[in-house]
Amino acid sequence: MSSSNIYKPYLMQIEKVIDEAPGVKTFRLRFTNDADKEQFNFTTGQFGEYSVFGEGESTFCIASSPTRKDYIECTFRQAGRVTSALAQKEEGDVIGFRGPYGNIFPLEEWYGKNLLFIAGGIALPPLRSVIWNVLDLRDKFNDVTILYGARSVADLVYKQELDEWGKRSDVKLVTTVDPGGETPDWKGKVGFVPSVLDWMEPSSENTIAIVCGPPVMIKFTFPELLKLGFTPDTIFTTLENRMKCGVGKCGRCNVGKVYVCKDGPVFTYKQLQELPAEY
Amino acid sequence: MSMQQRVIQHENLLKFLGEIISSGKQLYAPQKKAEKTYFLPASDVHSIVFDYIQTAESPKELLFPKTERMLSYEQVDGKLKMIDHAEGEIFPERVLFGSHPCDAVALKTLTDFFRHDVPDAFTQKRQDSLTVISVSCIKADDNCFCTSVGTSPGDTEGSDILLTPIGNAKYYVEVMTEKGQSLFAAHEKYFENSDIISKDKYLTKMSEVFSSSEVTARLSKAFDHPIWSDASLRCLGCGACAYVCPVCSCFDIQDEGTDKKGDRLRCWDSCGFSLFTLHTSGHNPRKNQSDRWRQRVMHKFSYMPERYELLGCVGCGRCSRACPADMNIKEQLKEITEKIEG
Amino acid sequence: MQALHQKAKELLESGKVQVIIGYGDGSGDRVRPVFISKAESASDLIWDDRCRQNLAVYLNKPEIKKLGVPAIVATPVVVKTIIQLISENQLKSSNIVVLVVDNDVVSELTDNASLEAYSAGHPVVFPPFVVKEIKDIAEMSIQQRNKYWQDELSRCFKCYACRAACPLCYCERCLTDNNQPQWVCVASHAQGNFEWHINRAMHLAGRCVECGSCTIACPVGIPIGLLTIEASRIVKQEFGQEPGLHCDADSAMSSFKVEDTETFIK
Repeated sequence: MSSSNIYKPYLMQIEKVIDEAPGVKTFRLRFTNDADKEQFNFTTGQFGEYSVFGEGESTFCIASSPTRKDYIECTFRQAGRVTSALAQKEEGDVIGFRGPYGNIFPLEEWYGKNLLFIAGGIALPPLRSVIWNVLDLRDKFNDVTILYGARSVADLVYKQELDEWGKRSDVKLVTTVDPGGETPDWKGKVGFVPSVLDWMEPSSENTIAIVCGPPVMIKFTFPELLKLGFTPDTIFTTLENRMKCGVGKCGRCNVGKVYVCKDGPVFTYKQLQELPAEY
Repeated sequence: MSMQQRVIQHENLLKFLGEIISSGKQLYAPQKKAEKTYFLPASDVHSIVFDYIQTAESPKELLFPKTERMLSYEQVDGKLKMIDHAEGEIFPERVLFGSHPCDAVALKTLTDFFRHDVPDAFTQKRQDSLTVISVSCIKADDNCFCTSVGTSPGDTEGSDILLTPIGNAKYYVEVMTEKGQSLFAAHEKYFENSDIISKDKYLTKMSEVFSSSEVTARLSKAFDHPIWSDASLRCLGCGACAYVCPVCSCFDIQDEGTDKKGDRLRCWDSCGFSLFTLHTSGHNPRKNQSDRWRQRVMHKFSYMPERYELLGCVGCGRCSRACPADMNIKEQLKEITEKIEG
Repeated sequence: MQALHQKAKELLESGKVQVIIGYGDGSGDRVRPVFISKAESASDLIWDDRCRQNLAVYLNKPEIKKLGVPAIVATPVVVKTIIQLISENQLKSSNIVVLVVDNDVVSELTDNASLEAYSAGHPVVFPPFVVKEIKDIAEMSIQQRNKYWQDELSRCFKCYACRAACPLCYCERCLTDNNQPQWVCVASHAQGNFEWHINRAMHLAGRCVECGSCTIACPVGIPIGLLTIEASRIVKQEFGQEPGLHCDADSAMSSFKVEDTETFIK
């Protein structure tokens, strides 16, 4: 993006399409221009504006790890006009991407700590970026625990990676589905994320919790974490307010005086407690 | 401090403006249309009106058009090509004449806001090619409150040249910037020498109704105050206030065209609309009109000062004049200083 | 106005209604909508020639509904609006009290029959300048008319004050806000403005009660109501149907009869 036009996207080619769950896809995207690729850098937690020309732009996180430099990945659920058009795109097609935008997960501050990832449904993608980033720098961190829940077995995303994480000895993975969402051969837990967390009883000692999920999951998970002894400044999450520009200009993503696109999307629970309920 | 002071006769002012038009620059000046006054491209200086309090629309369109084509795209031989309108476009030389000091301050605020942090080339380039000749206010109405928001009827801020009517069809001229100087120098023959004079006695008197810093201070504790729902019951949720406002700059990004050929546009948007913050899921962080009215006031008087050290209001009063339900910003701000504890 | 104050006070004191939607003192010499819940504030109500905004627009707003059963101070055209809203199943006369003022006598209209009788006796009379505008446009050639509207609509910046001020623009999701598909261009340019206003006029054809609130609301002075007035005139001419007269009327533009002899819809 050598242009002064801050709204001009990179052109990205879809290298791979993965069907994750009903209505949910992952795209692996490569820069069509080598110079763009060379100068592009991002840090985990950041997001971008993905566009289908003729339909518009849509905001979601970069779901791949910055340690994997040749490409970026995004995972989205088909919902609105742009994501519906994106879902029609095939391998080889070109889409637009602007970014990276927003703040980051402070990974370096977490060196030497235990990490507890808690995700629900389609909110695993932002954590997946961090998880791979952490696993690619595995010796810098202590224990890594992942709790992931979805409505049903079919709704779990990144199934292959869940398998891979489950097999690793240096990761503790717990998966769960909501009651009624299990299949006969389901080997994970059955229950809502907060109650499975209660059952797991992870230690809050020297531990950072990173939580992403639907509002109702967040609402019940935060108190659970406090009960386990986590302090609000050790609990991280991301906010998903509606955005258009991604660069602090269009004026719609603010929560009080905080702009999610500039000051977020990553916030600690402590920061959220200080914000008005406008998200 | 002005770089130059002069006096110009009304007749010579018309000649000066006429020469701007004939020099090939686009002149935007207040003109009447259907009972209201607008800044419109002028081809004849005699259509310019001088006797008006405020135009219906602000001049922000000159920096931030209601529809800005940011880029175009086209499939050529199976490859997508983008045309970048921030780079390719030639932004025409424009002169805005007849803006009041509040509008000049607003244009500066807009420029500063869009320049902040991640500079926006569109407003910057439009600003670079715009010269602002403002006219001080010798009258005002009940909706004006510039002195309560840090500006005044003779403020030079944001103007390249400021004219102040001093009676007998004469104007006192203050040349404020390099841009103003170069326009002035090209037409110097129409201006007469003058000493520095005190403009005050010629300007409209406007008392301060509230202190904007007081409003900002009160707002920091006012998020959950009942004032918002009481005040916004009659608000209809349209965007009239935002669109006539010279400072409001919220926008939407929209594509128009097919997958083969089209444009990416920036379009004005307003925090008054319920759809502004609506998520695709149906969740809306600002679901009540009172949440949206609070956002409008907070954005201008709390968030902008805190984030950018800019005030989002210049006291032009257009929003109050335009509101179909008589939402009155001056009254609301005064009420904030009276009802919300400091 | 005293009779109105007295009536409002009685209604609130008796608990028959919880809020009076009326006109009160506004900025400068303007009046503004007021929502009076306390009997002692009943005397804030104003009733004079300045009371032109169509207050029926507030009847279905969630914020106003929360205030309880309303009484509404109604001009003749507001009565028409209420009848039209009843015919479109948006209101029930049993849930509101409609107050009309004639020569300082206040009457309560509380059922469909009394609303209809009042409406029949109070036809909408356009102010002379509107009559002239309608006549001027009628006399234009198609080309002149096209140019006239191109010129007028060029000022539109899509603030949607026309829609917001219109009590019959109550769709929860307006067609212009629908983006799957994108029926109407979002952008405000010649095409986008035309698409929006023509669609709006079509949607109000035969429904517009000609209150003029959209025109009054327009911050850039576009006489936008002329489009819906014209659309309603055509519906009246072609189908003999006039809005705001009958609570059980169907709508010419949205009803279909199997015995319809026209072939276009089959």
